[in-house]
Amino acid sequence: MAGLFQRALRLRTALRCLYDYSTLSRSTATLSPVDFHRPFLTCSSEQVLASTRKLHAGAEGSKVSPSAAPERLPFCRVTEEDLAFFRKILPGRTIVDPDLVEPSNVDWLKSVRGSSEVLLRPQTTEEVSQILRWMVTKSTERCLSSHQTFSHVLFSSYSYCNSRNLAVNPQGGNTGLVGGSVPVYDEIILSTSLMNKILNFDSISGVLTCQAGCVLENLSFYLEERDYIMPLDLGAKGSCQIGGNVATNAGGLRLLRYGSLHGTVLGLELVLADGQVLDCLSTLRKDNTGYDLKQLFIGSEGTLGVITAVSILCPRKPKSVNVVFLGCETFEQLLKTFQLCKGMLGEILSAFEFLDSECMRLLNTHLKLPNPISDCPFYIVIETSGSDPTHDAQKLHNFLEDAMTSSLVSDGTVATEEAKIKALWSLRERVTEALTHDGFTYKYDISLPVERIYQLVTDMRKHLGNQAKSVVGYGHVGDGNLHLNVTSPSKDPALLAAIEPFVYEWTASCRGSISAEHGLGLKKRNYIYYSKQSQAVALMGNIKAMLDPKGILNPYKTLPDNLKQ
Amino acid sequence: KCPRVSPVVTLCYCFVSPQIRVKPDNTGVVTDGVKHSMNPFCEIAVEEAVKLKEKKLIKEVVAVSCGPQQSQETIRTALAMGADRGIHVDVSGKDYENLGPLQVSKILAALAKQEDAQLILLGKQAIDDDCNQTGQMTAALLDWPQGTFASEVSLEGDKINLVREIDGGLEHIKINTPAVITADLRLNTPRYATLPNIMKAKKKKIATVKPADLGVDLTSRLEVLKVEEPPQREAGMKVETVEDLVVKLKEAGRV
Repeated sequence: MAGLFQRALRLRTALRCLYDYSTLSRSTATLSPVDFHRPFLTCSSEQVLASTRKLHAGAEGSKVSPSAAPERLPFCRVTEEDLAFFRKILPGRTIVDPDLVEPSNVDWLKSVRGSSEVLLRPQTTEEVSQILRWMVTKSTERCLSSHQTFSHVLFSSYSYCNSRNLAVNPQGGNTGLVGGSVPVYDEIILSTSLMNKILNFDSISGVLTCQAGCVLENLSFYLEERDYIMPLDLGAKGSCQIGGNVATNAGGLRLLRYGSLHGTVLGLELVLADGQVLDCLSTLRKDNTGYDLKQLFIGSEGTLGVITAVSILCPRKPKSVNVVFLGCETFEQLLKTFQLCKGMLGEILSAFEFLDSECMRLLNTHLKLPNPISDCPFYIVIETSGSDPTHDAQKLHNFLEDAMTSSLVSDGTVATEEAKIKALWSLRERVTEALTHDGFTYKYDISLPVERIYQLVTDMRKHLGNQAKSVVGYGHVGDGNLHLNVTSPSKDPALLAAIEPFVYEWTASCRGSISAEHGLGLKKRNYIYYSKQSQAVALMGNIKAMLDPKGILNPYKTLPDNLKQ
Repeated sequence: KCPRVSPVVTLCYCFVSPQIRVKPDNTGVVTDGVKHSMNPFCEIAVEEAVKLKEKKLIKEVVAVSCGPQQSQETIRTALAMGADRGIHVDVSGKDYENLGPLQVSKILAALAKQEDAQLILLGKQAIDDDCNQTGQMTAALLDWPQGTFASEVSLEGDKINLVREIDGGLEHIKINTPAVITADLRLNTPRYATLPNIMKAKKKKIATVKPADLGVDLTSRLEVLKVEEPPQREAGMKVETVEDLVVKLKEAGRV
């Protein structure tokens, strides 16, 4: 027996060398132009294309910037055998055509680009489980079925088991803003887009159970027919998927009223890194039996497990919705209006958002959306949701009268029908879109003490001077969440150096969060220490190592580079 | 020389909910609890009237609505947009259910005479019944010229230049005042009623009248036999090849 293992060891080394040369190099050295001309590498044109793309990605950002991609980790490359397996599990849903894979390689902001060559589109949890099991290990049964002799089996299983690890990038609607949803290198993209079935809806408790790939807006339509609504709402609703929302603990426009996903998600079904299916898909409102595991995965950004199904508690559809669009002269008045609002509209208040005059200018210029009221330095969008139109109208009327007579508000308008409500909301929801037309956007999503929110915008404007094209502030002021955006005609490393780490240091000085709801993804992973103690981050690393020892789930994201993987 | 016309703008108070259900007895649609507000085309008419007043081409804008107590909300919105005063013609209950274009035009004709109006502006049609008859009937009852489907209106002396949107393109006509004009979608974009104006509107007057006061008989000459939903749209079918398509078409008896 010992002799067999001795030979196995030697053969293992030999096979590994062969393996090295039969696919692209697994070396972690920086891919410089010289590497592409190595004569002994047999590169398919596809692979060359992929590498060139990766090179462009590498050349764009400064190697020094903490938000740039790190070096490629020693994951395996995809082989024909892998593709054959995927094609067997997902017939017709294993995409390798570069044109079809490309949109999934780039994020919504067109700011990060990966070079994945494979896009997988499973339809069931079982398929996801099989895929992940393949990614980490190759079982002996499979070896036995495909090889002739026992010894050959043993040698191949030794050579593959330890080295087989393929990186995976779970992807939902690809609307994330921190580069967390697209590959950095050639990670296989695991798309949940075809997992879009609604599994169950209980009309008494309001609990919706569905697969992770359901688009948020479609869930909203489904629920509205049944007199319910989703507890979260965001501008990306037409494309984002519930699995991604949960993985990023998305906040959105209704958080003020219905709370975060940590409270509204009742259960999750996940596939762990080794392919194990973890069924925590409870629909119970209260269940204190052991550690609440799902909380770990909500907001984990696809690094601890792949969410395949969600059960979520949904509120009743309000009978009366009113939207008010107000204008204020100063931010102090805006904050006083917020206090007045909470006092007089508290129980029906469902959203309190703000945007500044710069945002209005961009909306007017790029999207041709007119200002419904006169020009003011600050604008507020207030939404009320209640069960009685007459009562709500009375409360709203009283509030508006107070606000106007005490001169907290200088102008405003009210909407009670669908079309007008949509029009007023679009002034807040489409700011992100307007910014993309203004140039290259640097986005910051910060949590601060409410009274200091706009100070950051003013300080940033002073700090940047003429370097930036536009500096705008808007966001969920009711939640203390500012979206600070800076645009420039094109990507500008000098501008980036001026913004960062100024913005993070400013935030840290108020003990704020450098990412209120967008998450860390690729771009902000190394800034985690501005908002979290190193002991906490170290513990996060331990949890990651326990759940994903090979680190194949969404590598290079969320946790900082200097943590031992 | 600009005419000092005072237009009467009539507003439809109709339901604007996207989900309508037919009553179980098929006599009509369910209106209880369904959101009602100003007809979008009427909003455009109000906007046009207010614009003409801002250009000082007309003297006063009066907003009119026929319906139950709640239709006063619609008049308030018009007042917030810039109308000077409102008239609420109180019609409720069975009378309201039977209220159709003919009855409304009779009311408007009577009001026009009473108010000495020179211009009546309406939306081209209500989005709940899609009749597109009130404007035309009102003009006929008053024996006034009519400019329907207006996408551009301009006053020239005591005449009105109108551009109408018709199937063949755009028609330019010139009509005398007094006249009836119905507004089409592209006439203007209605303004938002801003808070200061909403507050001011609360102080503007809305007079209430009954149809009987105007000498109008509301009996309907129409009887609704049945209201039913359109046939359910069936799912489509995807085929792989042209041959399959031909086979499927033959099966369905279409070829």
